[in-house]
Amino acid sequence: MRKALVIYLVAEPETPELARAAVEAGADVIELGFPFSDPLADGPVIQRASERALGRGMRTARCLDCLAETRALLNDTPIVPMTYAALLEAYGWERFAADAHSSGASSLIVSDVPAGQRPELRRVHLVAPTSTDERLRLAASTTDGWLYLVTLTGTTGARAELSSALEELVERTRRVADGVPLYAGFGISTPDQAAGAAALADGVVVGSRAVQVAEDGPQALAAYVASLRAALDER
Amino acid sequence: MSEVTETFGPYGGRYVPETLIPALDELTRAWETAKRDPAFQAELDELGRTYVGRPSPLTRADRFAPGKRLYLKREDLNHTGAHKINNALGQVVLARRLGKQRIIAETGAGQHGVATATACARFGLECVVYMGSEDMRRQAPNVERMRLLGAEVEAVEFGTRTLKEATSAAIRDWITNVGTTHYVIGSCVGPAPYPELVRELQSVIGREAREQLLEVEGALPEVVVACVGGGSNAIGMFAAFLDDAEVELVGVEAAGAASLGAGRAAVLHGARSSVLADEDGQIVDAHSISAGLDYPGVGPEHAWLRDTGRATYLPCTDDEALAAFARLSRTEGIVPALESAHALAVVEGLDADYVAVCLSGRGDKDLAEALAALAAG
Repeated sequence: MRKALVIYLVAEPETPELARAAVEAGADVIELGFPFSDPLADGPVIQRASERALGRGMRTARCLDCLAETRALLNDTPIVPMTYAALLEAYGWERFAADAHSSGASSLIVSDVPAGQRPELRRVHLVAPTSTDERLRLAASTTDGWLYLVTLTGTTGARAELSSALEELVERTRRVADGVPLYAGFGISTPDQAAGAAALADGVVVGSRAVQVAEDGPQALAAYVASLRAALDER
Repeated sequence: MSEVTETFGPYGGRYVPETLIPALDELTRAWETAKRDPAFQAELDELGRTYVGRPSPLTRADRFAPGKRLYLKREDLNHTGAHKINNALGQVVLARRLGKQRIIAETGAGQHGVATATACARFGLECVVYMGSEDMRRQAPNVERMRLLGAEVEAVEFGTRTLKEATSAAIRDWITNVGTTHYVIGSCVGPAPYPELVRELQSVIGREAREQLLEVEGALPEVVVACVGGGSNAIGMFAAFLDDAEVELVGVEAAGAASLGAGRAAVLHGARSSVLADEDGQIVDAHSISAGLDYPGVGPEHAWLRDTGRATYLPCTDDEALAAFARLSRTEGIVPALESAHALAVVEGLDADYVAVCLSGRGDKDLAEALAALAAG
């Protein structure tokens, strides 16, 4: 079965073109980061990218425009805004969800609103190696389409090795997830790591490295995404 | 337990990544058990008496406030020179019950970092303190003290390089090392159960003060005043008086960091509270000459006390705080922390005779910064 490749990009004026390049090179889902000034789940690359995007005026309304522009270029590819509670709190939780969906979002990810809180907000839940089985079950039963498996205890960003915690997390989650697709992210940057994670999970999420490569433009991003796609397909 | 949403009216909650939720559940259980355990309370009381110097005295300050009956609750006389030690020791004792060998903390003025480093030295635990590089400059003596006490001080070179970024860095460390590490948060902020935990550990201030005031005056004060950054000395001081409806509670914020006076409901560092944020929820930089108040957020319970009208929060400028800093030194022979000087600055303008102020810390750490500002002013 084809393994899903999720590419994370921070919303900036160039992002719709970058997202198109990523999808044409083999990305199946685009995660669109709406920047927050104090992103607790993120490592240095996404922190700095967020700071830069905010400096360029990428506030919530502009991010929603960016989402709509990206949607217009991508046909049916799912786009999932990923952000923090602070933005929803300011914009209005229901209004944010409604406007994101009308701008073309397929779902949402809110990094600092764990499963069980704000149950009325449909979103993709994250689970982590520290999650208890009870929490894995709660997240799996309430998630929107797929589960985001955080491969490691830590923040986003490239690591030298694929996390050894992923295997156990996949096993524990499979036991309670009842067929929900499991996509692994955090710390995945190389084609080898992507292939390794995809051997366990149903898909992979690549963020920080994609954000870095995207700084060199759509062609560079396309080449990078193609290398990830090839590694997933060759497994 | 992980279904906790809000804690203080619409404020509080747990806005943190999933990775931390099991640790917060574990901390909540450990705290619920500990607070009902007489042995835990006895250990804290013993440490307070034999190590911190509790009860801290109550000092009347007639020359500072002529015509009033002003009393200072002397948390500056605690070991390490501030109220922060009450919380740091309590949390470190709790961390030992959890079996955690590594302690992390954030610090602004350095007082919480010093207190945590002290508690770790006392119990032989590894200690890492995150501090913004701008605060390391402003509070250099405390950096040296933490290192002398065996703590590692990690400079945070991001954003404003102050308490907000130090707190974010500490939370990221905790996310990474949550299995081995306890995060000793320094104020009544952060995700549940921290705001309640810190309040309870600091409530010794108010309990002692209430008893001491009753003893000396035979009545409760008209007004209780404390400075508010994150708000831990204030919530500890206020806690004992919350049910005394006749006692007015006044918190004093730095005018440039008035999360309660000028903030809006927003989410920062794991909790919904009143925060200096823009209309998109992005956090706005705070400014205060006092590193301990230079924070755009505040404990969620203070936001609730403000909304319910139980407490009032006033602003104080850098200049007003500096004037009170100099004045208490000259009139009473007490050099207050710049943070505490904010609370002192509003006393004169209060329409009350009998007032109690929490003197949360001593000012040695501030000499260089305050003297330079006074000379320039």
